[in-house]
Amino acid sequence: MTTPAQSIEKVCIIISRGSLEGVYPGLIMANGARMEGIEASIFFTFFGLDAIIKKRMNNLKVATVGNPALHMPTVLGAIPGMSSFATSMMKKEMEKLDIPPVGEFLTMIHDAGAEIYACRATVDMFHLKPEDFCPEMDGVISVGQFYEKAAGGQIIFT
Amino acid sequence: METAILAGKTLALDADGNLANRNDWNEEIAKEIAAIEGIPELTPQHWAVINFMRAVFDKEGDSPSIRRLTKESGVDTRTLYQLFPKGPAKRAARIAGLPKPKGCI
Repeated sequence: MTTPAQSIEKVCIIISRGSLEGVYPGLIMANGARMEGIEASIFFTFFGLDAIIKKRMNNLKVATVGNPALHMPTVLGAIPGMSSFATSMMKKEMEKLDIPPVGEFLTMIHDAGAEIYACRATVDMFHLKPEDFCPEMDGVISVGQFYEKAAGGQIIFT
Repeated sequence: METAILAGKTLALDADGNLANRNDWNEEIAKEIAAIEGIPELTPQHWAVINFMRAVFDKEGDSPSIRRLTKESGVDTRTLYQLFPKGPAKRAARIAGLPKPKGCI
């Protein structure tokens, strides 16, 4: 006899990349967790921090170079404007699915009760100030603090 | 097929435990499902969400996304999660007598 699988109560999602396709999966998973009543927090680190920096969050781009799944030769991807073009195509498709722009999505996820943190080491490395971040950012925390907050939950690295 | 006795009637449930037939639903049944889900009383705001979800489902065949729900029903995100603390989309759909929403957002 098999015992029923234990349900997930809590997820801690790490977003480490700053491209559009690097940021959205983590946001969708965090939002989806809250929709299911699962506790969620997001830890933004390295270039992933761009998603919570006010001036950059709504200007994230699709990486058109070094992205084989776009099925586009690297030299084409490197043409100026190609990344913006791919980005606007993708944003249109996402809007059709009711996936909000990054800024609105973060507000929605935060209002849904998820916590949003920035990585201490990255903030120091890039010389970022508290006023650079969107108001949804709940705090700048170290890796150690992240693990404390993640206690008892599943950690998802993206 | 699973069944449940709600408001004195034996009703068929789908694989997720939601009502199998949307037409079986009425407000008494909604109150009983809500109580089972840990919501002792349905407030006017709960009803605003439930009625909006049913109206969208009748027209489009699926429940609205959370984003659309909060934009068009007059209930904001924070309130929505307070009203349905264990997961708004799934719980509200069940209480509204609708199948589990298909969307990810």
